[in-house]
Amino acid sequence: MSADTELLRTEGLAKTFGRGCEEVRAVAGVDLALRRGEITALVGQSGSGKSTLGRLLLRLLDPTEGRVLFDGQDVTAVRGSARRDYWREVQAVFQDPFAAFHQYRRVEATLATALRLLPAATRADGRPLMEAALAAVGLDAAETLAKRPHELSGGQRQRVMLARALMLRPRLLIADEATSMLDASVRVTVLNLLADLRDEQGMTVLFVTHDLGQAYYLADRIAVMHRGAIVESGPAERVVASPEHEYTRSLLADVPKLHRSG
Amino acid sequence: MTLASIRDLSAHYSAGGTRFHALDEVALDVRSGQILGVVGESGCGKSTMASVLSLNPGPSLRVTAGTLSVAGTDIDLTDATRGASASHRALRGGTVALLPQGALNALNPTRRVGAQAHDILAAGDRRIKRAVSYERAAARLEALDLPPRALRAYPHQLSGGMRQRVVTALATLRNPRLLVADEPSSALDVSSQRLLVDLLRRLIAEGLVEGIVFITHDVALLSELADRIAVMYAGRVVEEAPARELVSSPRHPYSQALLASVLVPEPGTRGRRLTGIPGSPPDLRAPLAGCAFAPRCEHAMDVCATDRPPRVVTGSRDDSCWRSAETEEAAHVG
Repeated sequence: MSADTELLRTEGLAKTFGRGCEEVRAVAGVDLALRRGEITALVGQSGSGKSTLGRLLLRLLDPTEGRVLFDGQDVTAVRGSARRDYWREVQAVFQDPFAAFHQYRRVEATLATALRLLPAATRADGRPLMEAALAAVGLDAAETLAKRPHELSGGQRQRVMLARALMLRPRLLIADEATSMLDASVRVTVLNLLADLRDEQGMTVLFVTHDLGQAYYLADRIAVMHRGAIVESGPAERVVASPEHEYTRSLLADVPKLHRSG
Repeated sequence: MTLASIRDLSAHYSAGGTRFHALDEVALDVRSGQILGVVGESGCGKSTMASVLSLNPGPSLRVTAGTLSVAGTDIDLTDATRGASASHRALRGGTVALLPQGALNALNPTRRVGAQAHDILAAGDRRIKRAVSYERAAARLEALDLPPRALRAYPHQLSGGMRQRVVTALATLRNPRLLVADEPSSALDVSSQRLLVDLLRRLIAEGLVEGIVFITHDVALLSELADRIAVMYAGRVVEEAPARELVSSPRHPYSQALLASVLVPEPGTRGRRLTGIPGSPPDLRAPLAGCAFAPRCEHAMDVCATDRPPRVVTGSRDDSCWRSAETEEAAHVG
């Protein structure tokens, strides 16, 4: 595959924590390619290394080995202002919508912090940017900006976090278990929002989850991670309908089914 | 045969002069040898119900009405009896027991499993000898495929799956009639969930407990585990039915919407845009006059906003919706 269709790729990416007999190889040589304008789901059980991989891609951790290429550029070792520039392109939403907020600050202040990543010239338009981003996630801007986190529901908080990421108009969004703590009925609306961002703005999304059901509903492609390595990846339909790797099969077998075939 | 029945259970939390209604005239039956699944979303009162049923209500919870009958014993759940909670203490662990959320945090990290097992048994029989309680705990661990050496281990020396089984063994050590499981599966990944489901089925099959109330937000899991499922919304039970029937033909609009939002890797999930449930749950500070789901319900009629729907029983299932009530009435007239 050429660099034209890929927004991000990793080559032999690895991360080791600890040393000696305590050594944990959390990510063990991952080659992952994210295609432009597609949602790729990274699926794995607790401890499979999927969050570590997400943090490596975000440049929040330094890899032990391997490279990360974003839009053809090697970003493996960017730091300082170059890393801040990278964050303008790559944004993330994490699992816990309760921990991601400063308790005492209004939504407006939380969003304003994110704007600091933008060049000073653009920052002047802060307010319209916030309003547009909140409208994009289906929240009433005038009402929401003045609120404090405890006045928002879990689904609303997670949507504010999405709006925060969207304000920067990133090309890649990494959603690390972003919908895991939401109720089923609310989760669907957030997943639909991610699908709309892909369809309308051509955003590339890495959707990290332990839930094959969500991955299957949302993603174009599914990559299955097990013990730090990607054991299988392919179109979502194919991975779920005819899994090739033994681990994918056992994972699918363990997922509770709503309609028993028996 | 009915093992346990909960009748007319109402409770609220009070904070700073404001009341938050948590449970509103809940009535449920658990049959002998069965697992009753209770499903609902955040804030529907399911964990409050677990705390009341396991006789461990939080200090800010006010139980205003309700009885629990377990195997011939009638337990008054209201606060009036809390002063005399010695009677509840006698029932806790022996008659009803709680399988807590998060097995990883339920064990005391500074004490060996055997010592914790002894404490639990000693709560029922103060004169029990340490050797006797170790023997009984070892037997129970063995029944759950755990080596007796686990008794000498500290919790951190056990793997996650072993800890889950140790907590299950400890919760059922005094052979409770009714086990109340409050979201025991939520922090587990699917493979550990599968093991837990098998474990609970075994507890029933081997007669270690007589009935289980399994509380969760995961309706797909319940469809595999439970014999019957009760759906809760805003502190009320809106529908109760045999698991298969509830999953294949939910009657209450909330049950229908909840099941329609479940994402499972099965054909039909993809390529179809689900809608979720518009709006948000009601404010529980004000008493609700009509149906709690009416503001979000696409079938809502005028009566739904003003009058509480009756519980309509049809065959082995029931639901509380004005639509069902009208269908029932039409059937009688016709």
